[in-house]
Amino acid sequence: MKVRLNLASLKQTQWHEYLTRFLLGGAITVVTGLVARYFGPVVGGLFLAFPAILPCGATLIEKHEREKKRRAGIPHTIRGRLAAALDARGAAMGTIALAAFGLVVWKLLPHHNAASVLAVALAVWLSLAISIWRVRKLHRHV
Amino acid sequence: MEWLARFLLGGLIVSAFAVIGDVLRPRGFAGLFGAAPSVALATLALTELSDGKEYAAMEARSMIAGAFAFLVYALVCVYLMAKKHHRASTTTLATLVVWGLCSLVLWALFLK
Repeated sequence: MKVRLNLASLKQTQWHEYLTRFLLGGAITVVTGLVARYFGPVVGGLFLAFPAILPCGATLIEKHEREKKRRAGIPHTIRGRLAAALDARGAAMGTIALAAFGLVVWKLLPHHNAASVLAVALAVWLSLAISIWRVRKLHRHV
Repeated sequence: MEWLARFLLGGLIVSAFAVIGDVLRPRGFAGLFGAAPSVALATLALTELSDGKEYAAMEARSMIAGAFAFLVYALVCVYLMAKKHHRASTTTLATLVVWGLCSLVLWALFLK
């Protein structure tokens, strides 16, 4: 299965759902900063890997899938929950790349320019996440 | 002012990664963006400016433990939604406790 863009899914999301994600993202970032301020960077750093996107994303996926099935005349379906589970499985693979992001920043930041280190760490995260997904996909087809 | 900047930057980056995840298919691939370093990017960029590189690097070291706690959390979510067919909203919110507990254990074992 090839990776593709489905821009139509943007229309499924309502403005208050975008707003909720923005507010939650902002709030979690502030809480992370406050935890680091009061308990130190070692405890605060744990929150850099807080699951900020997954709960909202999975909830919206289930809701949209349920609405789609209801419009098709299928009132009760677990399809939404299965789609949300697929999303969470992808996130599970992404966490390995997230750990690699942390490792790159931890090792490189003290000696290099911050913007460059974050750019390199982001590139490592993306390429590793895609590689893990491809290996997993290949393994499932063997 | 610093907290407002954190709020706005965090909100923007989390939203951006969430939208990328929304438009990508297949679903499993899009899910990778559910574990994007969104809070980390916003926090580390501003922390480096306010508290210095060593402080931000120390946060990044702890982030590795947080990411493994996230892995356990995500696998528990997959199990509860795919096998037990629990609702996505209650599952992903209630099991945040799993992330917290795993983070706490990893902190006590390796970081304390």
